[in-house]
Amino acid sequence: MAGKGKKKNFHNPKYYTNRELSWILFNRRVLEEARDKEHPLFERLKFLSITSSNLDEFFMIRVASLKDMVSVKYDKPDISGLTPAEQLSRLSEETHAFVGLQYNTYQRSLLPLLEKNGLHIVQRHEQLTEKQARFADRFFKESVYPVLTPMAVDSSRPFPLIRNKTLNIGAIVTKKGKKKEYEFATVQVPSVLNRIVELPDEGDGIRRVILLEEIIEKNIDRLFLNYNIVCAHPFRIMRNADLSIEEDDASDLLKEIEKQVKKRQWGHAIRLEVESGADERLLSILKKELDIKENAIYRILGPLDLTFLMEMYGMDGFEHLKAKPHVPAMAPEFDGETDIFDVIKKGDVLLHHPYQSFAPVVTFIEKAAKDPDVLAIKQTLYRVSGNSPIIAALAKAAENGKQVSVLVELKARFDEENNIVWAKKLEQAGCHVIYGLVGLKTHCKITLVVRREEEGIVRYVHLGTGNYNDATAKLYTDLGLFTCREEIGEDATAVFNMLSGYSEPLAWNRLSLAPLWLKDKFLDLIGREKEHALMGRDALIIAKVNSLCDPDIIAALYEASSAGVEIRLIVRGICSLKVGIPGVSENIEVRSVIGDFLEHARIFYFKNHEMPEVYLGSADWMPRNLERRVEILFPVEKEELRARILKILECQLNDTVRSHILKPDGTYEKVDGRGRIRLDCQESCVREAARMERIRKDTARTRVFVPETKYDDR
Amino acid sequence: MAVKTFAAIDVGSYELSMKIFSFSTGTGIKDIDHLRHRIELGTETYTMGKLSVEKVDELCRVLSEFADVMRSYKVSDYVAYGTSAIREMKNRKIILDQIEKRTGIRIEVLSNSEQRFLDCKSVAFKGDRFRKLVAKGTAVVDIGGGSIQISLFDKDTLITSQNLRLGILRLREELGTMYIKPSAYADIISESADSQLEPFEKLYLKDVRIENLIVIDEYISRALLTGRRKGADCYIEARQYLESMQDFLDAPASEHVRKMQMPEESLLLVHISAILVRNILRDTGAKHIWIPGVSLADGIAYEYAEKNRIIQPVHNFEKDILGCAQNISNRYMGSKTRGETLEAISVAIFDAMKKQHGLKKRERLLLRLAAFLHDCGKYITLMNVGEASYEIIMSTEIIGLSHNERMIVASVVRYTYGRFAYYDELAKTHSLDPASYLVIAKLAAILRLAAALDKSHREKFKNISASLRGSVLNLTVDTDDDITLEKGSFDDKASFFEEIFSITPVIKKMRSRK
Repeated sequence: MAGKGKKKNFHNPKYYTNRELSWILFNRRVLEEARDKEHPLFERLKFLSITSSNLDEFFMIRVASLKDMVSVKYDKPDISGLTPAEQLSRLSEETHAFVGLQYNTYQRSLLPLLEKNGLHIVQRHEQLTEKQARFADRFFKESVYPVLTPMAVDSSRPFPLIRNKTLNIGAIVTKKGKKKEYEFATVQVPSVLNRIVELPDEGDGIRRVILLEEIIEKNIDRLFLNYNIVCAHPFRIMRNADLSIEEDDASDLLKEIEKQVKKRQWGHAIRLEVESGADERLLSILKKELDIKENAIYRILGPLDLTFLMEMYGMDGFEHLKAKPHVPAMAPEFDGETDIFDVIKKGDVLLHHPYQSFAPVVTFIEKAAKDPDVLAIKQTLYRVSGNSPIIAALAKAAENGKQVSVLVELKARFDEENNIVWAKKLEQAGCHVIYGLVGLKTHCKITLVVRREEEGIVRYVHLGTGNYNDATAKLYTDLGLFTCREEIGEDATAVFNMLSGYSEPLAWNRLSLAPLWLKDKFLDLIGREKEHALMGRDALIIAKVNSLCDPDIIAALYEASSAGVEIRLIVRGICSLKVGIPGVSENIEVRSVIGDFLEHARIFYFKNHEMPEVYLGSADWMPRNLERRVEILFPVEKEELRARILKILECQLNDTVRSHILKPDGTYEKVDGRGRIRLDCQESCVREAARMERIRKDTARTRVFVPETKYDDR
Repeated sequence: MAVKTFAAIDVGSYELSMKIFSFSTGTGIKDIDHLRHRIELGTETYTMGKLSVEKVDELCRVLSEFADVMRSYKVSDYVAYGTSAIREMKNRKIILDQIEKRTGIRIEVLSNSEQRFLDCKSVAFKGDRFRKLVAKGTAVVDIGGGSIQISLFDKDTLITSQNLRLGILRLREELGTMYIKPSAYADIISESADSQLEPFEKLYLKDVRIENLIVIDEYISRALLTGRRKGADCYIEARQYLESMQDFLDAPASEHVRKMQMPEESLLLVHISAILVRNILRDTGAKHIWIPGVSLADGIAYEYAEKNRIIQPVHNFEKDILGCAQNISNRYMGSKTRGETLEAISVAIFDAMKKQHGLKKRERLLLRLAAFLHDCGKYITLMNVGEASYEIIMSTEIIGLSHNERMIVASVVRYTYGRFAYYDELAKTHSLDPASYLVIAKLAAILRLAAALDKSHREKFKNISASLRGSVLNLTVDTDDDITLEKGSFDDKASFFEEIFSITPVIKKMRSRK
């Protein structure tokens, strides 16, 4: 870069977007899908529900973490130059506006449409007809009353503990005969019951429902018999329940917060949602008792906690308003007859989920469990489904005398308890269960099967971008690779040795691992592309990740862009990179794909001057992935598979339906499909998977065998 | 199935490691798994002579895991060797027994010379480079926790191999007790290294021009080889080496900690190793340096494969051992020609009586060594050659020999002169197992006979042939010289030979060509 004047500081905070604000933008994109008239109505309900649960998690983890920082007066600015206090105040504005838009969507778009399609939601219990009211009261008496625990507060009883995330009804009451002495009473809306209560059919073809809290509110006087009810309103609080420190945050903070946590009351409330128009007296009691500031109060125009919409999605009878259920296709390599090990031996196999079935992965482990020549099975498990066939197969393998090592990551967020349960199950079956490395979450997805064959020890490896979870494999787009290449097998062995606490190998053949090597590897690859550009060659990087907020990676991308590398990014969620900054990021394009399936695969393509390299991995471009997790990046070496992956990337880059394009002003705009052939990237992958399956079936039927002309076994 | 799996365990001074190998006729030796567990056993044994209970527990825990892994690979055999950290443990017999009972793994203790020999072997098997380098003057520097070993090769043969107590853990421990500031470390290490390197230089480096240095170690290898592809080595000019080592040492510690998973305190070990190699480079004047990046486990596997005829030897190591012995003899002004005569005679007798003595190739080598070293004690006294030779051999390192083997060689030489001591007598002062005792007795009987045949020291019996007829060993000598002297002393020595083998040696003179 000689002769271009002084070197640009690519770490300048001006060039970065705060990750929390970028996250809000992501949730807005999801919300936009809920507002998109193109989608079937019930799919839109689902999107709205997702924005709601997303926001809850965001508060519990991110906002809570920022509040912790502020409370210990930690004021180091983030990469975009905002201190935690500044971030909080910006976020408060954004989240309030966001919630406004959520309920606007619910009230103005979705409710009328539901109405039109024969589903009526009775919004207030006062609106019930007499007949319906009788039903509601009976329902209350029979099904609800027995599970309620009403609590009243007076001078002799302390303010009750309101549990995190629960929906409650708060009331102001006066003792009968003793007017003017207001007391607070509360009852939790039981989470064991469905939120949606269907009212009796009136024979007019319209289905009517009411929410559980309305029924409770209607009958609240029965809970506090000696009291007069002055007013009653639903409310909900979010607590800083997670006292452990978010792995993303600065580690020098850790000690400080740990000290503070001891002093502080357990789980401070950080958000209060209350029905709009709620009685001010009630509100002021809550405010005082929960010690909550005005800007943390959300006055909600409609039912609190929109996740009930997911329950509504599950109502039967509205199938025509939902997307057609997706049935994954079978990958053509697995014809069901040839032994799975033989298939992999013929060459690497790539699976694209959920378009292609996850079944071969399960079969792989089940076969290995039974195969007499298999010596050992090793696997990392992060989040698995409730009744996982993989766990069953692993247990079986251990019973069959194989050496089975399973790395169970207990630190997977919100899944801790679940994980412990099946970890115990595996141990009982005789598996060697390891719990990962201190201070590092094991996020990589890898399976190793060691088999003794005629010619020696052969190692079969499956590497993936997604968890070994047969349930989410139907919803998340992920890529998986089967291989028995020796170099990768050796590396895989070393990965498990490392995870068992042995020293890192002196050298890796093909895999790059975080937190040790991965960031450097990415920086090298980006840097190499920059060198190509400086030599006047066409240079191109295509990367698809879930989040991009690592400052070093972003700076390297800026540097590459300013050297002339074309950079096309597909970033579903957080993106701290800014596009279109003159001399910094003019050659960078960012798009976000929000579809029915959750975009989850991480793919990295480097043109490398006619010697393209494609990598897949478990890591996002976030500091936590690159520095505080065990992650694997693996190359796709078979030419044919590289081409297939490039096709998947191109398909996303040409999408005209699902994409949102990042603008230089930091906002996202839905892709403009006008004048272009409609291309839905997810739909197109569904078709491609079906086509590949068909070809296999056709060949099988016509019994015409196509001889292999070249066998790529590099 | 054609595939065999084998495990090599190295209980080292700072690391416990296991390599799994597969042997097959098609693919040869392949390492398929390598487990390394960092545990500094050396630190404790070098300072206290014992291992703490915690360390023993940790050792057992990891070894049990190794045993599991061995089972999972269905290994058909394993070899576990302990090196200096175990060797220098006062209570090693107790601890090793305990470990075997707890983990099922039997650890054998390698003598320093065996260990270094295995290291050399692993380098030799690394490829052609070793063969090429040792054709010229080459020093192999093997840096361990307790000591370092410098072996000099020239013209394909080992000249000498010396052990210096300059192990890096030992040096670090010494530093730790000295209360000096870190900035002064470098000079102090350099000084204490030089105090031992200087005599070495004076004694051994004068006669040979060293062109190459081969470094076998843990820390320099890691500094220069980490991150390279598996099996990579590093062969560079000395100047270039010094530069890249300097670069490494200048880089911030945090980077090494991250990239090499090296605890910060281990960085000091890299420094110490670097200073040692720098000073050795200076003393030898080597132009090139080779870092082959091998481990003891490789040597163990090669040795095993060689023994089981899975692979062909690449370098004549027996020749190295003999060459080493000849050099020792030379140093103490032993007679080369007489050594060779005795060797020829005793080997002829040994070979003729294979069935009777039942000894193997290894004992034949010991016999040859004893022949070469038979008179080294003369350097000290002419009166008590046997005892003096014994002492010299016992305090001189012969690479490739275990302690016990060296003791056999020394004893054979001792009893070639003077009175033979019987087992009960011998066992009072020596820890001697009956098997070794028998080897000593048999070899001493042969060497005594050979010495008797060369009584005049005039190599009259150099061309001897031995053949066994019933209980008579015919020793036919092709010479014109008068052998009255030999015949005279022969009967006396022959009686000892008879006692050991129940075979009567008879001298015959042949004059066919005249």
